[in-house]
Amino acid sequence: MKEKRFWLRTVILAIMLAAIGYTIYSNVFVEKRAIQVGDSAPDFVLTDLNGNKIQLSDYRGKGVFLNFWGTWCKPCEKEMPYINSQYNVYKNEGVEVIAVNVGEAKVTVQTFVDRFQLTFPVVIDQQDQVMNAYNIGPLPATFLIDKEGKIVDIITGTMTEEDVKKYMERIKP
Amino acid sequence: MEQVKCECGHVNPIGTVLCEACGKPLEEVPMLLDMRYEGSARRSQTYNQTIVDKIWNFFSSVKVGIWLIVITLVASAIGTIYPQQMYIPPTVSPAEYYEQQYGWLGKWYYALGFHDLYSSWWYMLLIALIGVSLVICSLDRVVPLYRALNNQRVTRNEQFLQRQRLFSRAQATDYETALRHVVDKLTKRGYRIREENGNILAEKGRFSRWGPYVNHIGLIIFLIGAMLRFVPGMYVDENMWIREGEIKEIPGTKGKYFLENKKFIFEVYEKEKEKEAFQPAIDRVGSGMMAKNYQTDVVLYERVGPVVAGEEPKLKRIKSFSIRVNEPLKHDHYALYQVDFKLDELKNMSFHLTDKQTNKSFGTITIDLIQPEKEYDLGNGYKVQLLSYFPDFYFDENGNPNTRSKVPNNPAFVFKMFAPDRPKGEVSFTAIRQTIEPLGDNKYKMSFAGIETRNVSALTVRRDFTLWILGVGGAIFMIGLIQGMYWNHRRVWIQRINDEVLVAAHTNKNWFGLKKELEGIFNDTPFVMPIDQADKRS
Repeated sequence: MKEKRFWLRTVILAIMLAAIGYTIYSNVFVEKRAIQVGDSAPDFVLTDLNGNKIQLSDYRGKGVFLNFWGTWCKPCEKEMPYINSQYNVYKNEGVEVIAVNVGEAKVTVQTFVDRFQLTFPVVIDQQDQVMNAYNIGPLPATFLIDKEGKIVDIITGTMTEEDVKKYMERIKP
Repeated sequence: MEQVKCECGHVNPIGTVLCEACGKPLEEVPMLLDMRYEGSARRSQTYNQTIVDKIWNFFSSVKVGIWLIVITLVASAIGTIYPQQMYIPPTVSPAEYYEQQYGWLGKWYYALGFHDLYSSWWYMLLIALIGVSLVICSLDRVVPLYRALNNQRVTRNEQFLQRQRLFSRAQATDYETALRHVVDKLTKRGYRIREENGNILAEKGRFSRWGPYVNHIGLIIFLIGAMLRFVPGMYVDENMWIREGEIKEIPGTKGKYFLENKKFIFEVYEKEKEKEAFQPAIDRVGSGMMAKNYQTDVVLYERVGPVVAGEEPKLKRIKSFSIRVNEPLKHDHYALYQVDFKLDELKNMSFHLTDKQTNKSFGTITIDLIQPEKEYDLGNGYKVQLLSYFPDFYFDENGNPNTRSKVPNNPAFVFKMFAPDRPKGEVSFTAIRQTIEPLGDNKYKMSFAGIETRNVSALTVRRDFTLWILGVGGAIFMIGLIQGMYWNHRRVWIQRINDEVLVAAHTNKNWFGLKKELEGIFNDTPFVMPIDQADKRS
């Protein structure tokens, strides 16, 4: 009788605790439910400023530093030179950078790229398709993708040059 | 020591106030019995041994439940003091916005999660704890109540009867005949009669006692439905802005569906166009002041083949539809609702290349403000290069031209104008009503020639597989409420003890109704109508 009551209460409490835990965890501690750390990164094809097609799945075997940005976004502007200089270090170690512009005019993007002399491929997501697939909210947003195409980390907000270096180190194959 | 034996022989769980069978008080109780839960042992009050019991007993307290509700109400009220995150400008970071606008209070408001209250972990925890409290409170009360009502005997302890609120005692004359008469009348009134040794228990509406618990089951189902919204795929709620002429992926459909905006229509009530009968109403608010219709004419497409984001999609037309307010486009459980619009967004801008002195034009260029060209050749050695483009222009804190967004709200351009007599080109910064010549006086200028605009429509994308659960929960909630509110649980005891007739009656609500009913039953019988002992004392 006493035993039965104890187990009954324990089971009911455990079920409720599990339900609450799941709800709060999935809602608060997981960034944007559509895409999460550990998922495999959705494939995409976009055209860079020189007209070359860039497809994510072609980068298997390399670490990919995937950055979403806009020219009006001040933090993006600040971190671009950092990414550029670290890219020059890490590209020889198998880390690639793809910078996805969130659908601005080509002229505007080109001006920005020329100004900062960016050497990595910059693609424009003209129809918001890639932004939808990665569920992009505020800019900048950076996805660290390892050589198997898995998302290792999602960073929203500004990065220092030290951060960029650290992140590239993490996805080095 | 888990049980208490009553003198009638029934064995009650510890903590029982009134014997489940005969109703004899097992503890010191006031003159009039408190009949809540039939004086049964709420289980929380009894066992308190393990940590599990302690947690259980904490949530079993109605007082705790009410405090949880009060705290939630207060938190919700605080959440209305400053705007919620969804209402602040989307371009600013909320962390900065609240502090800038509201000072240190705003800073704490943000830090504590009041800015996005319904998604803050502690608010959800509060709601969840209310749910837990609901389940445990109900379980702890409904089980003993059920036991007590199921175990009740016809013959009650004398004390139980005389301590009921409605009670009378009289000499028994011709008891049997009178009893038949009363039983007859009670039956006609819908009472179910149980008889034991010439004693009577008449009872009706017992199911009303389950109303609160049915209601709570409904609430729990409702909460489960709300919880399921967080399960991926169960609930989609997205927004999309789409310009006239655009084909765009519908967010939340994982790249499967695309939408084309053919046209956005905004109509108002105008005096000339409406029937005679509406004229006074239109006069009152003014002609053209009241909205009549918001409508987006769209075509829905499905992508054929594998989904690779960014790739030019192969599309299959599914259907055309006119989305209006409350008339969503529905397909594959998705619904697209009209929610917002923007009239006359700039689409194209035209300029003449003119000689400042003679005002002679050497040709016109039309710039697509979403995707401008790099170069516009006007022939005869005249051409215009676009060096920079700022769709939403402003001067930033360093005094440089910059753009606030990618929306062409306030376009500005840096042109380089070439002419046969200016082969190296002249640079001109051109914005709306503003021209700057950064490298000295120019011979040529870009003079404004006109604009083309189009409308933009905003749609909400919804897919909700939890709605039916919320509906079922809500229906059960209402059933429980009605069950508990519109029926009363009424009982009448008639008992002969020695040579006296004892009559007692109880209802869980609406004593007035019970008294009226009993007057009708007892008026022409030898039995004495029970008297309200609560009245007598005051």
